[in-house]
Amino acid sequence: MAGPNGALAALEYAVKKPIWGCQMCGQCVLHSTGMTCPMNCPKTLRNGPCGGVRPDGTCEVKPEMRCVWVKAVERAPKTPWAHEINDLRPPVDNRLWGTSSWRNFFTKRDRLTPKGWRVSA
Amino acid sequence: MSRLEDALAARRFVVTAELLTVNAGGLEAVRERFAPYEDWVDAVNATDNTSAHAHASPLAVSIALKQLGVEPVMQLTCRDRNRIALEAEIAGAGLHGIENICCLTGDDVTAGDEPEARRVFDLDSIQLLALGASMAQGTYLSGRKLDPAPHLFLGAVENPGAPPYDYRVERALKKVRAGARFLQLQVSFEPQRLAAFMSEAVRTRLAEQVALIPSICLVRSPGALRYIDEHVPGITVPQELIERCERGPDPEHECFDVACELAEHARSLPGVAGLHLISFRREAGIARLCQRLEIPTRAEREMSGYRRPVAV
Repeated sequence: MAGPNGALAALEYAVKKPIWGCQMCGQCVLHSTGMTCPMNCPKTLRNGPCGGVRPDGTCEVKPEMRCVWVKAVERAPKTPWAHEINDLRPPVDNRLWGTSSWRNFFTKRDRLTPKGWRVSA
Repeated sequence: MSRLEDALAARRFVVTAELLTVNAGGLEAVRERFAPYEDWVDAVNATDNTSAHAHASPLAVSIALKQLGVEPVMQLTCRDRNRIALEAEIAGAGLHGIENICCLTGDDVTAGDEPEARRVFDLDSIQLLALGASMAQGTYLSGRKLDPAPHLFLGAVENPGAPPYDYRVERALKKVRAGARFLQLQVSFEPQRLAAFMSEAVRTRLAEQVALIPSICLVRSPGALRYIDEHVPGITVPQELIERCERGPDPEHECFDVACELAEHARSLPGVAGLHLISFRREAGIARLCQRLEIPTRAEREMSGYRRPVAV
């Protein structure tokens, strides 16, 4: 979690924190994961649930929390972006923490991947 | 080509085992851990700080296994290393001719004896697979060249026994897209969960694209089963199973019977490419299980071309 950096980021944070628990990773994938933020997973997993999910669907690390991926898998089919849940998401760019993902979306900065990242979504 | 890759390509039934953790004692300590089952296995997994407890590193143990003439499967988790350190481990494996790499997310630090440690998870298991696939094609993540490119046989783990159950095969398919060629399935004490996963794996053609290897865990007491149920993330042991072992005239024998039954069941499922065997003691349980199931030794399997008992 990084504090918002700049006015646009502060606005984004004010909107997204109360509803989705936004962590300000600056490369938002919320819409493709059933409007469930994967950065709330203690392991920050962006490509699906780990193998430690408890039988009741709660988190291995925080038993009081439902696994974000259990929620994502439930909710994704109800969104217009249902098929995107299986996208192969690249590693987080750690330079973007605290920046506005809205800006990074419009500038396409959030889709910039390292040269050696060869798989497509 | 690794022996494991070769056996799977020839569609021979494979047996892998998980080496007990090593902390000290030199090569002899490594040898005494695999010696009881050496004749049966195609490869042995060198674990990566299992349950978030520190041990000798998987690369160090993999090198030791290779020196002792046993083929390693180097496990690599995302919990303790950022992407640079993970690349270094994979390059190091390549340098030593270690080809089989099993990419895992890893148990959380809170599962271990140093829960105050920083958790890393800079990558997840799927990104780690894609990174390994990239290195096998001759570049680091940055695009910087790795010449010659290491030959790697990449794999991962999937857990048929943890929610969201219906999503596990899809997640496994994603691992295949990222570069997995084999999947060692997490231990399951619930045969119906494994059966459901395997039937979906056959239906979706997952089983044709990747070698599926269910894990069987050998324990010696009902108490150990109870411990696994309560303390190992992602594994459920049904109460009836624990009670059956407690009630039996010889609980240790009953536990062994349970493992054999689970192994027999797993082997009978269409699409299963082999078995991964885990025992928490230095004893002959793994070899005894193979004998009970009439699985020939590795040398015999190679000679006779012992196939997977059920074709997909």
